[in-house]
Amino acid sequence: MKFRLNWEIAYSLLLARWKQTLVAAIGVTFSITMFIALLGFMTGLNDLLDGLILNRTPHIKFFNEIKPSKVQPIDLSEKLKSSFNFIESVKPNTERVEIYNVSAIMSALSKDKRVLGIAPKITTQVFYNVGAIDITGVINGIEVEQENKLFFFSDYVVQGNYIDLKNIPNSIILGKAAADKMLTKVGDVVQVTSAKGERIQLKVVGFFQSGLQDLDKVQSYASIATTQKLLGQTSSYITDVQVKLKDLNLAPELAKYYGSLFNVDTEDLQTVNSQFETGTRVRTLISYTVGITLLIVAGFGIYNILNMMIYEKMDSIAILKATGFSGKDVNNIFITISLSIGVFGGVFGLLFGYLISKLIDQIPFVTSALPTISTYPVNYNPMYYFIGVTFAIITTYFAGFFPARKASKIDPVIIIRGK
Amino acid sequence: MSKIILQAENINKFFHNPLPFHVLKEINFTITRGEFVSVIGKSGCGKSTLLYILSTMDTDFQGTLKIDGTNISGKTENELALIRNEKIGFVFQFHYLLNEFSVLKNVMLPALKLGKYSEEEIEHRAIEKLKIFGIEKHALKKANQISGGEKQRVAIARALINDPLIIMGDEPSGNLDKHNSQIVFEIFQRLAKEFHQTLLIVTHDPEFSAGTDRVMEMDDGRIIRQ
Ligand SMILES: Nc1ncnc2c1ncn2[C@@H]1O[C@H](COP(=O)(O)OP(=O)(O)O)[C@@H](O)[C@H]1O
Ligand SMILES: [Mg+2]
Repeated sequence: MKFRLNWEIAYSLLLARWKQTLVAAIGVTFSITMFIALLGFMTGLNDLLDGLILNRTPHIKFFNEIKPSKVQPIDLSEKLKSSFNFIESVKPNTERVEIYNVSAIMSALSKDKRVLGIAPKITTQVFYNVGAIDITGVINGIEVEQENKLFFFSDYVVQGNYIDLKNIPNSIILGKAAADKMLTKVGDVVQVTSAKGERIQLKVVGFFQSGLQDLDKVQSYASIATTQKLLGQTSSYITDVQVKLKDLNLAPELAKYYGSLFNVDTEDLQTVNSQFETGTRVRTLISYTVGITLLIVAGFGIYNILNMMIYEKMDSIAILKATGFSGKDVNNIFITISLSIGVFGGVFGLLFGYLISKLIDQIPFVTSALPTISTYPVNYNPMYYFIGVTFAIITTYFAGFFPARKASKIDPVIIIRGK
Repeated sequence: MSKIILQAENINKFFHNPLPFHVLKEINFTITRGEFVSVIGKSGCGKSTLLYILSTMDTDFQGTLKIDGTNISGKTENELALIRNEKIGFVFQFHYLLNEFSVLKNVMLPALKLGKYSEEEIEHRAIEKLKIFGIEKHALKKANQISGGEKQRVAIARALINDPLIIMGDEPSGNLDKHNSQIVFEIFQRLAKEFHQTLLIVTHDPEFSAGTDRVMEMDDGRIIRQ
């Protein structure tokens, strides 16, 4: 009852000044629209750019780095144990890049509840033999289905069907740029030479485009079995184990744990790509700054309107107080006015923000670097809409706070005496 | 049986701006239920100042003020607002109607605030009050669409809506022409005679004061006759 009455009074004061009120509300609408559109667009871009890296990067990679042994034979000698031993020009002696005991690592990881999935891989240097010349390249031997599940492999296969890699023996999916260089079509056969000189004929079943030109010039994919055959290795030969976690923040910790458990080298995502977060953060920051700046400007608009309203409605405030409305009622009335402008403007802001997002979403954005994208990316995360109205309400509340307090403190005696 | 509605004991008030000024001096009086009291005195003698104190809008004074038996000193702003709402009706020189609202709604507002009756009942009561003054036909007009005399009658109806213990008026006909002030004057007479409404009206019209039960005369901040 009491709230309704205050609301009713607020509403009629609002209507009495509907033009100014509308302008104030449009200010809020505009800033929320910009906020939503900007944030949606910026985070859409963020997700896209992060996705470029995140989608295809394992959270943890287990591998065996070629490096000289830390423990040299001299260190094992009992006699020389207490002395300092200097050895110059130490070189690694074995070429073994395969991970020892892969099956144990894989089974341990697959039992870990924090692990989302595992994909073994073989990376090896090759030469593509094109006529008289050889082009250097890298073949990734992959477990096709796992690779697709964890790293969205099929998204980047721009020609041919990715699953042929598994179904057709001795097949290869070439990097698009490499294929262009070799003038190869899908269905052709290319000859590949391993680093050890083994030659093998592979059937091209598709092209791969990652969006990173340098990568596409060298990278190709084959099945693990095909790669093992090329290298003349047994089926236990695996050079990398890639892991995706349910929570990527755990990567450094788990990498360390399993690394020391299995005595194998590890790399975690955070260490490899420490810079990608920076860009994301800057873009998000810009969007928030612009949105909030606009809101504050709109807030000042509301502040002005309310101040003006209070000067105009001095008499009304005085008589309300004289007839029994308390300072708190008057305060509530003006806060209600302010919040109504905020909510009204904010809701329309959300709507227009959504429409502009939709519009941006329609604008074609075709680039060979990003084969999976055809229009500008937009993020419709409801969180931004929620933050948008919350900000609108908070700002308008503060814009109304001081005028409302001033109105509540008006002394009716002074006003009435002034007449 | 004559119940004391308003009691002022040793009320003193000072203004400090621009110079210390003793505006009300040792004010003592009581008003009992059903009395029609007028306050007269030269301009500047402190009549309005006294009325603002009696109405609880001005709490910056010395002495004791009892309304309906309760001492108002030390009451919070909210409590005073409630007392004004429930027990006191005002009519000022200026009507102070809210132009955003209809005549009817203006009359209803203090009752809606009090919340003692349902909205339908309040509306019904408001129309009854307007009928007393023959202005119910304007009920749905906006407050700024009626004449000055009518506005003042609406203001009186508004003062009556919560059936207050006392109605206070500060030169309620001061802004009106002869004809309209006559109407207002007759309204107060009727309220006193027919409805036994307690009234305390400041006026400078000798004809008006002559028609009241009791005349209080003020001079230089003192009551010199009551
Ligand atoms: N706020 C104020 N500050 C200082 N002096 C005031 C103030 N209000 C009124 N006065 C003075 O107090 C005296 C009484 O004023 P008021 O009660 O309005 O007189 P009345 O209503 O009898 O004409 C006048 O001399 C006036 O100048
Ligand atoms: Mg006066």
